Amino acid sequence: MDFASFLIQTLNSLQYGLLLFLVASGLTLVFGIMGIINLAHGSFYMVGAYLAFVLSSATGSLVMAIVLGIPLALVFGAILEWALFSHLYKRDHLEQVLLTYGLILIFEQLRSLLVGDDVHGVAIPAFLDASIQLTEVMSYPVYRLAISAVCVALAVALYYVIQRTRLGMMIRAGNDDRSMVESLGINIDMIYRVVFALGVALAALAGMLAAPISSVFPNMGSHVLIISFVIVVIGGIGSVWGALVAALIVGFADTFGKVLIPELSGIVVYVVMAVVLLWRPEGILKKG
Amino acid sequence: MGKTVKIAGSTALSLAIAAASIGGAHAADKIKVGLMLPYTGTYAALGNAITNGFKQYVEENGGKLGGREVEYAVVDDESNPAKATENARKLVSREKVDVLVGTVHSGVALAMAKVARDTRTLMIVPNAGANDLTGPLCSPYVFRSSFSAWQPSYAMGEALARKGLKNIVTVTWKYSFGEESVAGFKEAFEKGGGKIAKEMTLPFPNVEFQPFLTEIASLKPDAVFVFFAGAGAAKFVSDYSAAGLKSSIPLYGPGFLTDGNLDAMGAAGEGLLTTLHYADGLTNARDAAFRTKYAARYRMQPDVYAVQGYDAAQMYDAGLRAAGGDPGRKEELIKGMESATIDSPRGAFTLSRAHNPVQDIYMREVKGGENVVVEIVSKGLEDPARGCKL
Repeated sequence: MDFASFLIQTLNSLQYGLLLFLVASGLTLVFGIMGIINLAHGSFYMVGAYLAFVLSSATGSLVMAIVLGIPLALVFGAILEWALFSHLYKRDHLEQVLLTYGLILIFEQLRSLLVGDDVHGVAIPAFLDASIQLTEVMSYPVYRLAISAVCVALAVALYYVIQRTRLGMMIRAGNDDRSMVESLGINIDMIYRVVFALGVALAALAGMLAAPISSVFPNMGSHVLIISFVIVVIGGIGSVWGALVAALIVGFADTFGKVLIPELSGIVVYVVMAVVLLWRPEGILKKG
Repeated sequence: MGKTVKIAGSTALSLAIAAASIGGAHAADKIKVGLMLPYTGTYAALGNAITNGFKQYVEENGGKLGGREVEYAVVDDESNPAKATENARKLVSREKVDVLVGTVHSGVALAMAKVARDTRTLMIVPNAGANDLTGPLCSPYVFRSSFSAWQPSYAMGEALARKGLKNIVTVTWKYSFGEESVAGFKEAFEKGGGKIAKEMTLPFPNVEFQPFLTEIASLKPDAVFVFFAGAGAAKFVSDYSAAGLKSSIPLYGPGFLTDGNLDAMGAAGEGLLTTLHYADGLTNARDAAFRTKYAARYRMQPDVYAVQGYDAAQMYDAGLRAAGGDPGRKEELIKGMESATIDSPRGAFTLSRAHNPVQDIYMREVKGGENVVVEIVSKGLEDPARGCKL
């Protein structure tokens, strides 16, 4: 591999890792803070991608679709939490898995009924539809760089909200000791609803951003679900910072795995997960 | 243990034969067609197109096959190999179908073919491309109206070697359809003097192609041959174009790359050359009539899958006619199908000794949202049916 290729592969790794972070951050928040194993998280990614497709067809612009889609995803998340997930907090993990697996099937069938089973493309916004020439034959799409920028901005914003704001303090407190937070007069139910809606919106946003480069198709959620769980495990459950580091590790492992050991590229990511689990069972940023 | 299974198996077999001969005794009965196809999930559109095609032929024929009225027993196979054997057995032993038609997913089709062989039920595969179905696992009872994975890829290998290309990179998912396609391509391309610079694979259904695109850019081959289908194909073509490779390194593949994906690919797909046994813009009268009727009946344009369903019905019709309309006279029925020339919308074809179509493969170019025929690149291409003892 020459040096230019190496640099471009590094860029590929970063860009893939950042997009994975966007999906996994919502999962780790919901899992870590609310203790819910949410198998339907991938479906929210799928819902986001289909929202991008439907809304951008209707309005003619992906930006408009995202502006409309995020509030829709937040409301959708809040309603789901109120109607279903709020009943799960005191139940055991098996029941959570059953409900959320059921949701995957329901969302896929609804998607099939409403939009059909075809593969659809979503147009890249005109102002980002360009490429930067990197080498003689290879160029890099500006849109991919823009996604990375959005992901970095969101990571910083999430960090700020969780570490520096009153809401973030309540979220972290709720994570540590739910009953203590309740006895201090904080409305923990409302906080959970906000966190869940935020998690749904993050996954949906990832789906909306990825729609133009991945196209939208049936079962697209299941692909990201597994890799998101890998990231949550590597990063440590509930740690947004850990999810970022883990997503980047997965991005690098996947990209360079494909190039350097193509025969084993399918398992590289899982080997990394196994090693981290043995070395730091609580996640890469937590001390065992 | 092995012995009991054997005895149980042969009892089931004799019961099945007895059942079949009882069925044959009522020559005035309807012909029962078992459609075992995907009606939900990723391949639902393909299952529906095959069903539409099959029923269209039966309707054109006055609702009859081999002069007998037709009824259907329909099962959604969900493209789930784990349920395949049970579903196929249900159609054969409970529904007592005269012929099994299915399916899209190769894993499901292989399980169905085993049931068909064991129960001596006639089966027609209207899509699944696994080479093995008409290779090592071929059977007198199993026919195919579609293609083997080897066929379109081999034709592309020949065509690119003829063009004088020397150095090609291949990319596919690491699963049997992809690997069989690349193997078929490689066989023809190397025979024609070309060399495969690198074979890249990624696990199915991973679609993060960027690392491969970067590597292709640094290897600078004469061309890239890919096997992808469905959503992954649309994504590969879009990514390839966005990486700026489309203008410098041409991309080729079997027609599954573009079929059903042209809308999702948009401008990125325009100009792509692919090989398949069907194309838009064919000039035979059979195709024109087929398309007009299909569009009027189902309010959409037919695709290659509809053609394969239509031809499955034609093949069975030819067999039944040879057997005087009696599905119980299996030897004559099979002989009738083997010797028939099927007047398909894709162009007439016959069947090889392993029961796979011997057919023309077209080079097609994506133009204005259609896969328009350019030329026939391989005339009467026959799958080598390696390992078939028929």
